[in-house]
Amino acid sequence: MSERYLFAGARVIDPASGRDEVADVLVVDGTIASLEHGAGNARVIGCTGLILAPGLVDPHTHLREPGREDKETVETGCRAAALGGYTAVSPMANTDPVADNAAVIHEVLDLGAKAGLSDVFPVGAITRGIEGEVIAELGEMVETGVRIFSDDGHAVPNPRVLRNALTYVKAFDDVVIAEHCEDDALAQDGQMHEGYHSYSLGLAGKPRESEEIVVARDLAVARLTGGRLHLLHLSSAGSVQMVRRAKAEGLRVTAEVTPHHLTFTDEDLLTYDTNFKVNPPIRTAEDRDALRAGLSDGTIDVVGTDHAPHAVEEKEVEFDQAPPGTIGLETALAAILTHLVEPGLLSLARAIEVLSSAPARLIGAAEHGGPIEPGRPANLVVFDPDVEWVVEPPFASKSRNSAFTGTTLKGKVLHTMYRGELVVADGKAQR
Amino acid sequence: MNKHLLSIHDVTAEDILRVLDTAESFREVGTRVIKKVPALRGRTVVNLFYENSTRTRISFELAAKRLSADVINFTTSGTSVAKGESLKDTALTLQAMGADAIVIRHSSSGSPFTLTKWVRGSVLNAGDGTHEHPTQALLDLYTMRDKLGRLEGLRVAIVGDVLHSRVARSLSFALVKMGAEVTLVGPPTLIPPDAPAWGVEVSYDIGGVLPKLDVCYMLRVQRERQRQQYFPSVREYARLFGLTRDRVAALPEGSLIMHPGPMNRGVEIDSDVADLPRAVMEEQVTNGIAIRMSLLYLLLGGRAEGVGTDE
Repeated sequence: MSERYLFAGARVIDPASGRDEVADVLVVDGTIASLEHGAGNARVIGCTGLILAPGLVDPHTHLREPGREDKETVETGCRAAALGGYTAVSPMANTDPVADNAAVIHEVLDLGAKAGLSDVFPVGAITRGIEGEVIAELGEMVETGVRIFSDDGHAVPNPRVLRNALTYVKAFDDVVIAEHCEDDALAQDGQMHEGYHSYSLGLAGKPRESEEIVVARDLAVARLTGGRLHLLHLSSAGSVQMVRRAKAEGLRVTAEVTPHHLTFTDEDLLTYDTNFKVNPPIRTAEDRDALRAGLSDGTIDVVGTDHAPHAVEEKEVEFDQAPPGTIGLETALAAILTHLVEPGLLSLARAIEVLSSAPARLIGAAEHGGPIEPGRPANLVVFDPDVEWVVEPPFASKSRNSAFTGTTLKGKVLHTMYRGELVVADGKAQR
Repeated sequence: MNKHLLSIHDVTAEDILRVLDTAESFREVGTRVIKKVPALRGRTVVNLFYENSTRTRISFELAAKRLSADVINFTTSGTSVAKGESLKDTALTLQAMGADAIVIRHSSSGSPFTLTKWVRGSVLNAGDGTHEHPTQALLDLYTMRDKLGRLEGLRVAIVGDVLHSRVARSLSFALVKMGAEVTLVGPPTLIPPDAPAWGVEVSYDIGGVLPKLDVCYMLRVQRERQRQQYFPSVREYARLFGLTRDRVAALPEGSLIMHPGPMNRGVEIDSDVADLPRAVMEEQVTNGIAIRMSLLYLLLGGRAEGVGTDE
């Protein structure tokens, strides 16, 4: 007896095929079978007024396993992802031990397969132990399927090491070096964006230039090597401008932005709420607006959540003692819908593209991100664009350090189908 | 008045006048043989000091005691905090013990804000990191008004490490609120670039500023800042920005020299200058008790039994 689902009457938005029309999507045994009307004998999921899109893909997640299973595990993180409409996530390499070798990558892959809630595409470390000195065995990790390498948390400090990494990965198809752009000396001890508010709050600041210096350097090294460079979580208007110029010049560069950098400004830190302490810091309205414009015009390619779970007791402390990071998997789509699509800054199709098809290409997730066509694996999300909800714990994530806590978002994930299984139905995780 | 005093932004100009006027009546208490009124009898005030600060802690302790409150001094060495207890758990413990007010000194900016999440009583910021020290600013305003008769239009220079000074922040915000003209003076590395947005002027030339002043307010300069390369040497700092014997002659007649203490004699201020009659550091200390009495009284809503206030 085969498993048949019919998503009836959904508005299908599929950037990979350019489709935006109302259709019935029939899924049979994990594969999209038809977009024609009237396929009988299936479990019918009424989708009138709802949007059906390829499952979302997060190119930038922290699942904390192995090492900090008190904050998150691959399983809890994948459940949070599924609730947020994701069918694939890329966990960063800064676990303990660091994912700088095939053994750890295999462990994370196995944990992902065991959880079975979304596909997991681990990011490998560029350098051994993320120490910035010795390039890790990238080739062996590529053999396990890794397509993206990053020392996220820090930039590769030595431009010669970065040069060699960018050059070396040319040996492999579609492999990307992803940089966390921050000059540690200039950003040292910084707690937030350096500017009027940091001076008034008495918090040490991280100037925009602590990011821009590294963006400029990395673009220069990309030019030198012709290597494939990806810049993580841009935060400053100047960085956006540099990437725009680099793309016009023809450099092989892509860029990411997070929902929280697209939503908040440094004014949100006035009450010293540690959920707004993130790395790189949330900057001014001018920076936020430049990030929004960059995402809209294609300068910025993907939205990554930088989902960064931290234990309650680590965040409920004095501001300068809290670790940076906010969780984001369960709120990303709604945040983009509320703060970019609703005010008309981003089309719905572009929103789906930056949350799904573009990151799928980036991390090499060929079975994700559409197109929604017969024969393709059924990795899908259905959401209601009109439902308003207040972000509040509990979360499916083990942690609850969400910068969006207490805010109202418009747009809610109702169903997530991962490889033909309805892992989220009516907004609830099924297991 | 707000329930808490976390920052000068919590008080209006009217609030400030009320605090100063109330302090006026409390100052008289300090001159009595029996320096005590029953205004906060039965109330509990906790001094929660994560940083050593003898003068501020003693000042708050005396203020609370003169109001007949029960005072608990909670210092962090040799206590549960030294054993790794979090601010949250310490706060919940104090809350469970029925603290009506918690006076907090902490090296982390913003900790008084954080504390308010876990306690029901009033929180008074007694200095948090490089953020604010509002009670110091209020006692300084009191001293200026007491000596010079007004605040509006006063020309005040705040000289030194403004970037890291919680006193400079609170004092700047409070003086601007009261209509004074504030100039921040110091090496450019120690003046926040966005400071003009606070409504103050900035100068790097102390000599040019002194002749126009009603108050020259000197900040303590920590030697650590030299190690962090904010200036090349303590010697050069004293030479360019210190209130030296030679420079002090440029101050107009009747102007004041102030300092929040503790002073580095020979660094930001020459020893002889610190001992001039116009240097009013001791009055600042004395007035500090009255201001803190006033704040505890107003925040805790005590009744002024036997104390004449203008209410």
